Amino acid sequence: MLSYLLKRLVATIPVMLVVAVFIFLLLRLTPGDPAAMIAGDYATEAQIAEIRENLGLDQSLLSQFGIWTGNILQGDLGESYFFKKTVTELIASRIEPTLSLSVLTILLTVAIAVPMGVISAYKQGSWLDRIVMGFSVIGFSIPVFVIAFGLIYVFSLQLGWLPVQGYKRLGDGVLPWLRHLILPSLALTVIFVAFIARMTRTSVLEVLGEDYIRTARAKGQTETKVLIRHALRNAAVPIVTVIGFAFAILIGGVVVTESVFSIPGLGLLTVEAVLNRDFPTIQAVVLLFSFLYVLINLLIDLSYTILDPRIRY
Amino acid sequence: MTSQAISPTRQVVGRLVKNPSVMIGGILVALIVIMAIFAPLLGTIDPNQTSTSTRLKPPGYEGVMKIYTEEGRVKIPVTYHMGSDDLGRDIYSRVVYGARTSLIIGLSVAAISITLGMTIGLIAGYFRMLDAIIMRVMDGLMAIPAILLAFALVAALNAGLLSVIIAIVVPEVPRVVRLVRSIVLSIREEPYVEAAITAGTRIPTLLMRHILPNTIAPLIVQGTFIVASAIIVEAILSFLGLGVPAAETPTWGNIIGKARENFQVHPHQIFYPSIFLAITVLSVNMLGDGLRDTLDPRFAKRV
Repeated sequence: MLSYLLKRLVATIPVMLVVAVFIFLLLRLTPGDPAAMIAGDYATEAQIAEIRENLGLDQSLLSQFGIWTGNILQGDLGESYFFKKTVTELIASRIEPTLSLSVLTILLTVAIAVPMGVISAYKQGSWLDRIVMGFSVIGFSIPVFVIAFGLIYVFSLQLGWLPVQGYKRLGDGVLPWLRHLILPSLALTVIFVAFIARMTRTSVLEVLGEDYIRTARAKGQTETKVLIRHALRNAAVPIVTVIGFAFAILIGGVVVTESVFSIPGLGLLTVEAVLNRDFPTIQAVVLLFSFLYVLINLLIDLSYTILDPRIRY
Repeated sequence: MTSQAISPTRQVVGRLVKNPSVMIGGILVALIVIMAIFAPLLGTIDPNQTSTSTRLKPPGYEGVMKIYTEEGRVKIPVTYHMGSDDLGRDIYSRVVYGARTSLIIGLSVAAISITLGMTIGLIAGYFRMLDAIIMRVMDGLMAIPAILLAFALVAALNAGLLSVIIAIVVPEVPRVVRLVRSIVLSIREEPYVEAAITAGTRIPTLLMRHILPNTIAPLIVQGTFIVASAIIVEAILSFLGLGVPAAETPTWGNIIGKARENFQVHPHQIFYPSIFLAITVLSVNMLGDGLRDTLDPRFAKRV
């Protein structure tokens, strides 16, 4: 187990290195002075000169990359001249909304998608199955902002039940926090459910044909227990794997959803950074999300031993 | 006996026609393509024509556009089937012309990523030396969530149609490379490939004539799904104001993005382009699902 963990950790190094090189080159390969680009439209001449010095722009590309990576590894992500803050501070102040939105979405999705997938596999070919599958195609096809505007129209504008946009910190009370998060996480859930329900259905269908399911039924186990304890348990590995892959889709969805609902999280920060060509922030956010994505998929790999004791590393 | 055998092409066509997803998706896609091509003939006016006297009008409003040209003021009677936006532009015309942008971007992204991905995938699958390096680079690119990669590229390039296409192509290429490479790896072990090698077939001929044809069916399927996802990503970029500028070219994404400010009072400005966007992506996805089931049964079993 430990040697496998070590092997997997070492394997993520080249992946993160490619990510870092790409993000580094992004700025160097664009025409124009990288220092002026980093500084943005709001910096003074003196600041640009200082950045030029810090980046080591007079040195070779390789040593520039060394300086840049060294800074990042020490937790120095640079400074945003647009927001007038260090990027680290900026990111720290934006984590809570994004984390709240993502966690709520994942919880909602798993609570809806897994039962949906199991039931539609159990009743394969029935009208219920068709509805679930049809819904999942729609989830693939409708951009998250379209769903978001539909939800705002019905629940905020017509019924007046929930706020149109904005965010309240968890520290200011759970209820206002939840009220502001319901619509954004519902919008995201619709997209996310499509993937997870489809995958759950496929893997449960595969398991339902196995001998041990017949054995469980033969010994008089109730259908619910057969489905949950025998079928779902054995289908868990592919389901969890697809949740890992879908994390990339979730990140994309979070960026858009935060922007529709004006939630001041990392997603909205990314959009603001791109609109203002605030490169230190763009680079940091892309790096951070890619790192998280790799990390989550690593954790999911490791969770296989718990989900399926037959898997041993 | 041979006279009764049905040719493989006719078999495939027969299966395609029988598949409801292919037929419904295909017909809807065809209608949207026709709408895009014949946009000027569908009762539209210049989608970028602004008119201060007819701003933010409801659907069905009949008004007069006052346009200032070199010859003086010209009055044009206009029926705003879908209302007008905050600059008095006709939303119906913008939605109809918007189909062009979506389709151009969807098709060119698919064509470019398939061509690039196929070339790189063939090289990675056939030349062991390059495989490790190419696949590490692809793994790295795939570790960056697609939307963020597109964002970063859009920020680095100048705004415009070409930048948007590049920004959507780059995240798609690694996925095509993976697909092609996996096919090449399994095909190169086939006896007929080994026979061709023994017979002294040169590598370019081997790749083009014996290996490449095996990738066509999966790539058609993959290409269809790329069209759908490219249309969505373009809409997201333009909606956020990072894509094609609204003043230059109307796209469904930037019409929706522009209408955000007035959403509470004029929600229809968002609904019309949204419906077209959703139906287009849905029908392309249906077509893709159907093509996958008929052309590539092995692939269908996997997902």
